[in-house]
Amino acid sequence: MNYIAGKYDVAVIGAGHAGIEAAFAASRLGVKTAIFTINMDAVGNCPCNPSIGGTAKGHLVREIDALGGEMGKTADSALLQMRMLNLGKGPAVHSLRAQIDRRKYQDIMKHKLELQKNLELRQAEIVKIEKTEDGFILESRTHAQYITKKVIIATGTYLGGKIFIGDVSYEGGPDGMFAATELTKSLVELGLPLRRFKTGTPARVLKSSIDFTDLEAQHGDEPPQHFSFETEGELQNKVVCHISWTNENTKKVILDNIHLSPLYSGMIEGVGPRYCPSLEDKIVRFKDKERHQLFIEPCGLDTEEMYLQGMSSSLPEGVQSAFYKTIKGLENAVIMRPAYAIEYDCVDPTSMEATLEFKNIRGLYGAGQFNGSSGYEEAAAQGLVAGINAARAVKGESKFILDRSGSYIGTLIDDLVTKGSNEPYRMMTSRSEYRLLLRQDNADERLTPTGYEIGLISEERWQKYLAKTEAKENEIKRLKSTTLSPTEELNNILVSRETSPVSSGVTLYDLLKRPQISYNDLAEVDKERPDLEPIIIEQLQTEIKYEGYISKQKDRIEQVRRMSEKALPTDIDYRDIAGLRLEAQEKLNKIKPLSVAQASRISGVSPADISVLIIWLSSRKGGK
Amino acid sequence: MNETTIAAISTAQGAGGIGIIRISGNKAIEIADKVFVSFSGSKLSDLEGYRAAYGNIVFENETLDECVALVFRAPKSFTGENVVELCCHGGNLVTKLVLRAVLSSGAEPAQAGEFTRRAFLNGKMNLSEAESIMNLISAQSKSALKAANEVRQGAVSKKIYALCEKLELTAAHLSAWADFPEEDIPEVNDENLRFTLTESYKELYELIKNYDAGKAITQGVPTAILGKPNVGKSTLMNLLSGFDKSIVTDIPGTTRDVVEETVVLGDIILRLSDTAGIRETDNVVEKIGVDRAKEKIEQSQLLLVVFDSSIPLDDEDKMIIDEIKDTSAIAVINKSDLESKIDIEYINSKFEHIVFISAKQGSGKEELVSAVSKVTGTENFSASAVLLAGERQRNAAEEALSSINSAIEAMDMGFSLDAVTIDLENALTKLYELIGKNVSEEIVDKVFHNFCVGK
Repeated sequence: MNYIAGKYDVAVIGAGHAGIEAAFAASRLGVKTAIFTINMDAVGNCPCNPSIGGTAKGHLVREIDALGGEMGKTADSALLQMRMLNLGKGPAVHSLRAQIDRRKYQDIMKHKLELQKNLELRQAEIVKIEKTEDGFILESRTHAQYITKKVIIATGTYLGGKIFIGDVSYEGGPDGMFAATELTKSLVELGLPLRRFKTGTPARVLKSSIDFTDLEAQHGDEPPQHFSFETEGELQNKVVCHISWTNENTKKVILDNIHLSPLYSGMIEGVGPRYCPSLEDKIVRFKDKERHQLFIEPCGLDTEEMYLQGMSSSLPEGVQSAFYKTIKGLENAVIMRPAYAIEYDCVDPTSMEATLEFKNIRGLYGAGQFNGSSGYEEAAAQGLVAGINAARAVKGESKFILDRSGSYIGTLIDDLVTKGSNEPYRMMTSRSEYRLLLRQDNADERLTPTGYEIGLISEERWQKYLAKTEAKENEIKRLKSTTLSPTEELNNILVSRETSPVSSGVTLYDLLKRPQISYNDLAEVDKERPDLEPIIIEQLQTEIKYEGYISKQKDRIEQVRRMSEKALPTDIDYRDIAGLRLEAQEKLNKIKPLSVAQASRISGVSPADISVLIIWLSSRKGGK
Repeated sequence: MNETTIAAISTAQGAGGIGIIRISGNKAIEIADKVFVSFSGSKLSDLEGYRAAYGNIVFENETLDECVALVFRAPKSFTGENVVELCCHGGNLVTKLVLRAVLSSGAEPAQAGEFTRRAFLNGKMNLSEAESIMNLISAQSKSALKAANEVRQGAVSKKIYALCEKLELTAAHLSAWADFPEEDIPEVNDENLRFTLTESYKELYELIKNYDAGKAITQGVPTAILGKPNVGKSTLMNLLSGFDKSIVTDIPGTTRDVVEETVVLGDIILRLSDTAGIRETDNVVEKIGVDRAKEKIEQSQLLLVVFDSSIPLDDEDKMIIDEIKDTSAIAVINKSDLESKIDIEYINSKFEHIVFISAKQGSGKEELVSAVSKVTGTENFSASAVLLAGERQRNAAEEALSSINSAIEAMDMGFSLDAVTIDLENALTKLYELIGKNVSEEIVDKVFHNFCVGK
């Protein structure tokens, strides 16, 4: 028998990384929020790698944190090992990556949700979303009804989830959880354009069955940096990861059994990502490659389960066991959980606005893997934006849209809703044309003022932020106004860094422009320097060295901004504009871009179409 | 699109034996019928596309000219709309009168580049083609026509696509290397990267250089004749004028007494400034002075500096020489038939090219042609080589070139590869623009702004 179990402003379906950020954002903005999980023990689970961050993903975590999100803080608290990736490849691509204790991470997240004011965490499988005049009624499998003004769907890989291991397949969610099998029907009835994607995860093996003797160890950075601008005190690296390689034998086992893979036998219909393919994919597609790298990563401090990054597979359990055993160090590996592929329902994100609200169903939002993305960090970023928007809509406030020139989050969402994606979308630094501006070190400068304005940054943190930016600006002023004489001491330093000596006075600022000279190199000759946090030093060094590039990127933003100001009406039928190619008419009608700039990013809209749009706009303005 | 019907004179003003008035739009044929009376009695509106009729242009009961009217029906016309072309006998006055008649009968005057804009919007040509049309119609010598045709056939596009592909591959490698540090992607080899960048730089540089030479051919080189009074500037003028019929035109917007004279020298058009001054004042006391020379040098790309070989160089000669600096210059030594008293070594040290002329013997023409083509780079210009069309394409190529250059510099200076990648991507963006893959509004504006009326 149905009963009314609760009444909310915002209801979030799913308590993974997207759902969590959405629920925190909404409740912290003061609206009554519920978050539903299919299983209370699966809140904030990391069903794939026990790590947070990585290239571009580390940027996302810092941005989420700068806006007042939770992921960075919790990752810091559950830290096992921290590394800054891509050191030496340039500041734009530096990315933090943390190995985390996945159970600890879950526990912290779940507890924070439980303690959060305005928020109810409930175990319930939502099976139906019914649109009412002023909101929605959600119904659980156990016939509870929840009345809510806004709904955020963050169902991850649970929605219509199906597991594949060789020729075995069954309905199921990640990590042995059950799948959400009913909700899909309701979403189809609401008219959402659903499709199926696929992803996978490698096996977990028993630590004591691995021989680490000849494996290369990978240690964390000392001292470890933290994700969150709020985390204080020093973090500790607690574990070591190891690297091994596949070989000819691994290849042979896989190729001999390739016909048993559901991917190659045609059982799986979902589209998988190109960037994190299963080992059998890698071997089939890159035949000439002799070996593939794998990382052996601990899943936590209280477990002996080890994650084999790079070894995802959907081959039968027996074949998995055989090919893992060909790898150095894994000769006697005991598989604790087998690798599997999972197929799930998700939505075409071009049916959403940049607020992540569906264009045709007002009040309904989507976030995370449900939107066709991949990764914890991508999910959390969308959850945050959907949560903020849902809460602001309840309160009658304006839309919250992040620009792609100001953040990776904005880039991610713009890409999803404008270009769509034919495979699970993963963030990459190369997706941002403003890379040198959107660095992980300056995420707070880019976004904390916004976070403060919308109300997710505390007064205390804001004051701290202001003090930090002031310290940085003062230091830049000092560097510009301090001139060093061409002493032997200075020239010795310069020559030792393989850069030319000076013959006349030179400012510290000009010296730091040289790529070879770091802030620390000048410590000896710069006695007056203040004591600054390392992150401030990192920021100002980058800004000084890359000044030319940064100003070029700012010019480009200005150019695009002018195109963004050319607003396109959303109530036009592009079929009425002669001169647009048919494909462009269809695409434009589907996306309904808000500006010429957004239209120019739609795939299938050619530059010539953009010219037509611009001419059409100006003739329209001319009163024709 | 509910566009108006437009009309304009579509042949170069002032020149040629025929003047064409082009009318384009829904009502083109209807409007043409109001001014055109065929000898056969049939109306243009009765004709199919691709037909011609012979008759008179009659306006306000007055016959203006005899005329052949060509009828094109949409979409099979230049603009993709109904088009009528009225081919008259030419002459500024007659064509203007015919145009006035057409405009009075319901057509609107075409804006700059509007015919081409319509053709572009109606899918009759792509951006690159549209631009090369501009070159096509302004091409004033044969080799330019050939070059402009090459662009229409997509030679530039092919060349740039190939270049893009090379750079894309490198950019993709750099991105993969940065974005997937855990996938053992081979490090980007500095030497290979430098090689790709340098090769691309060379290719683009050649394109731009050839364009500049091509421009000298199609549009001419602003040229000044310098020299003290009475050294023989008018002799040089006469020699140049002997090459081809020169056209004297007033340049609007400039002072009344500045006149430009166009001289076709071999493949190249020299646009000589202030020639009237030379002619008028050569026999009286000329007050050119060094200041005047400076001004001329600034405005020119080529200088012909005249000396009298029968008298020694004086301070005034040397002052003029000192003002030349980086501008391309040719020393023209007059009166070479007389005994030489001039310090030829001094001139040799200052000029790379020296030409001796003599009015009496009529000699020096060939040498002058050869020197000019060397100086302007047109000597090696190959019309069959790929040629950029128009300043927009040149600008894009130039910007791509400068991005590639800053990528190379960044490597030299020891910048990290993320910076190099950004330069590389900027270069690609510019190259895409060049082939119309990513047109921003400014480009479209520029393209249409640069089009002459009615071509």
